[in-house]
Amino acid sequence: MNPGRSIILSRIREALRNNPAPRPHTSHSQAEASAEHNGHAQREWLPKVGTTLPEQVELFANISEGLKTEFHRLPTISAAREVLAKLAAESGWKKIASHSHLDTDALLEGIGLPIVRTEKGYVIDNLESCDVGVTGCEVLVAQTGGILVTVESAGGRALSVLPPHHVVIARTSQMVPDLTAAFERVKKRYGKLFPSFMSFITGPSRTGDIERILVLGAHGPKRLTVLLVD
Amino acid sequence: MPTQAADFQSLSRRYTADKGFRAFIQKGLSGYYKKRDENKANFQDWQGARDLAAETKYEAVNNLDKYLLEFEEKITARGAKVFWAPNAEAARKYILKVAKENGVRSIIKSKTMTSEEIHLNDALEKEGFGVFESDLGEYIVQLRKEAPFHLVFPAMHLTRRQISDLFQKELGSEATDEPEKLTMIAREVMRRKYCEADMGISGTNFAVAETGMISITENEGNARLTTSLPKIHIALLGIEKVLPKLEDLSLFLPMLATAGAGQTMTCYNTMYAGPRQPGEPDGPEQMHVVLLDNRRTELLADAEQRDALGCIRCGACLNVCPIFKNVGGYSYGTTYGGPIGSVITPHLRGLKDWKHLSAASSLCGACTEACPVKIDLHHHLLQNRRNGAQSSPNPLEKISFGGFSLMMGRPTLYRFAAGLGRIFQPLQGLVNGTILDPLRAWTGSRKFPALATKSFHDQWKKERGDQK
Repeated sequence: MNPGRSIILSRIREALRNNPAPRPHTSHSQAEASAEHNGHAQREWLPKVGTTLPEQVELFANISEGLKTEFHRLPTISAAREVLAKLAAESGWKKIASHSHLDTDALLEGIGLPIVRTEKGYVIDNLESCDVGVTGCEVLVAQTGGILVTVESAGGRALSVLPPHHVVIARTSQMVPDLTAAFERVKKRYGKLFPSFMSFITGPSRTGDIERILVLGAHGPKRLTVLLVD
Repeated sequence: MPTQAADFQSLSRRYTADKGFRAFIQKGLSGYYKKRDENKANFQDWQGARDLAAETKYEAVNNLDKYLLEFEEKITARGAKVFWAPNAEAARKYILKVAKENGVRSIIKSKTMTSEEIHLNDALEKEGFGVFESDLGEYIVQLRKEAPFHLVFPAMHLTRRQISDLFQKELGSEATDEPEKLTMIAREVMRRKYCEADMGISGTNFAVAETGMISITENEGNARLTTSLPKIHIALLGIEKVLPKLEDLSLFLPMLATAGAGQTMTCYNTMYAGPRQPGEPDGPEQMHVVLLDNRRTELLADAEQRDALGCIRCGACLNVCPIFKNVGGYSYGTTYGGPIGSVITPHLRGLKDWKHLSAASSLCGACTEACPVKIDLHHHLLQNRRNGAQSSPNPLEKISFGGFSLMMGRPTLYRFAAGLGRIFQPLQGLVNGTILDPLRAWTGSRKFPALATKSFHDQWKKERGDQK
C-alpha cells in the first residue's frame, strides 16, 4: 500500500474536523420531492416523461430526430431484417461485425455477408475494417433518446464504437422512462456483478471543436440506427 | 507585482484590444447559449435540480474520506489498482513506472484537465514515450504546442483556416475550409493510434462510491476507444469527484450536458467498473485509478469555500463571464480558467501569486447563477480578495483607504478635499492619461467624472437660504 493513501486520508480528516461548511442555500425541499418519488427526488426536476409506452416511444423518436439518430419502429423482426438489408445495399457494406445474441442473430439471418463476431474475442484490425457494428442493448431511455449498452448486451466495449455505423436492435419491452429506471434495471439484472463497461449512447459520435460547428462521426460511428421491434 | 499578475495584465490587455478575436469568441458561444436555454427549459425545474445537485455534492465533499474508501474498496474488488497521489510528482512517477514496467511504447489519451494540471505529457515525452491526444480540440492544441484555451472547448480560439494550415504543415493534408473534412483528417490519423497504442490515459468526470465505477462523459467516442483497445487503462481522478450513489448520475449526467454544451445528454456517458472481467471479450488487462490530491485538501480545509470542490468542470461559468469572454483563456495562465479557476487556483497554487485573478471580476454574479452545483463563485472571489489583503497587505492601499475613511468621517475635511479637487481636476485634464498624469493607472482606461462646480451641499444651503 502506498504511503500517499494515509497522507491524503489524514489531510482530509484534518480539513473536515470541527470545521463545518455552510449548507447550500436551497429553496426546494428535496425531502418532500423525494417522498413523492419513492426516494428519487431528481424525477421532480428532470425533464418530464409520459408513463405509457406510446408516449415514451414518441418522446424517444422526437429526441432521436434532434440527435440525428435514425429511428425505426417496426412490427416484427422480419420487417427489421428488411430495413437492414436495404441499409446494407445502399451503403455497400462488405463486412459486418456483431455478437451472438438473441435478436442480433435473428436480425442477421440470411444477410449474406461475412460476419465478424466479437463475444469470444477478436483481432482489432479485423473489427476496424468492418462497415457496421450490429448490437443489442440493455434498455432505451425515453427521456434522453439514449441507448444503454453493456459488455454483455453489445458484444464488448469496442463493437458499438469502432465501426463507422452502429445498428441497435431493441424490443419495446426494453423502453424505460429515464436514467433512474435504466440504473434500476441494470442493478436488478446484474446484482453486484456489473459488467466492467456500460455506456449511454445518445446519438452518433459528434464534435463541435472546430468553430463550434457540428460534425458527426468524430471518432465513433458517423451513423446510428435504432430498430425498435414490438 | 508577481510575474503572474504582470503576465495577466499584459495578456489581457492584448486580447481585449483585439476586437476581431473577441467577436470570434462571442460568435462561438452564441449557439451554446441558445441550446443551453432550450435544454434548461425542458427540465421541470432547473432550480430544483441545481438544489439537489448542490446537496448531493455537499454530502459527498463533507464525507470525502468515507466515500473515497468505499470507492476504493469496490473498484479494487473488481481488479483495478488505486494509487493515492498526494501531489503531481507522485502521480507522474506512478504513471511512468506503470508505463516502464509494462514496456509501453505508444500512449493514447482522451481529454483530461487533470493531466494538464500535473503536466503529464511533458513528463512522458521526456522519458521517450509517444503521447497522442485523441480529442479533436486537444489534438489541435497539442500539434500547436499550446494548452487548452477552455475547459470544455480547447480549440475554440482557432479558425478553420488556422486548423487547415496546421494540418497541412504537421500532417501533410490538403487545405480545406470545411470543418467536416478537417475532422475526418484527424479521425483517420487517430484510428491507427487507437489500434497501435498499448496504454490509454483518460480523465474522469465522476466516481461512484456505491458501485466502484468511474464515469466518463464525451461526445466524440475517443475516450471509449482509448479505454477499450489498449491493454492498460490509467484513469486520473481528482479526489473531489466522488459521488455517493450510482443513481446520482441520473441527475448529474443531464445537468453536465446542459450546462456544459447545451445538450440533452452528451453523446457517450460511460461507466467503467474495473478492467476486463473474466468472460468479457475486450477491454484492458489492467486498470489503474490515480487519485490526485495536489492541494485539493487545502481547499477542503477552507470551510467558507469548500463548495468549490463540487465543481463538475462544465465550463458554464466561463461561458457567461464578461471577463473570460474578453480576455480569453490564455490570459489567466492557469490550467483552470474563468471564474472557477480564479477561485480555486489561489488554493491549488498559492494565494500570493494568484490572488490578482480574483480582482479580474465585475462581481456581476453571472457565474454563480450559471453554476449547476450552485458554487457561490462571486462571493468566493471577494473572499479571496479579503484573504489576499489580509495575508499580504499593500501599504499604499492601506494608506489610501485610511485617508479615505478619515476624510469621509469628517465633513470639514471632506469639503476641503473636494475644494482641492475642483482646483486640481482641470490641471489633471491637461495631462490626462499621459505619463505626467499621477492618476494614469485609473485614467488611462476610464473617465473620471467631473466634479460639480457647486456641491449639492452648497446648493441645498443656498436654496433653503433663499426660501427663508
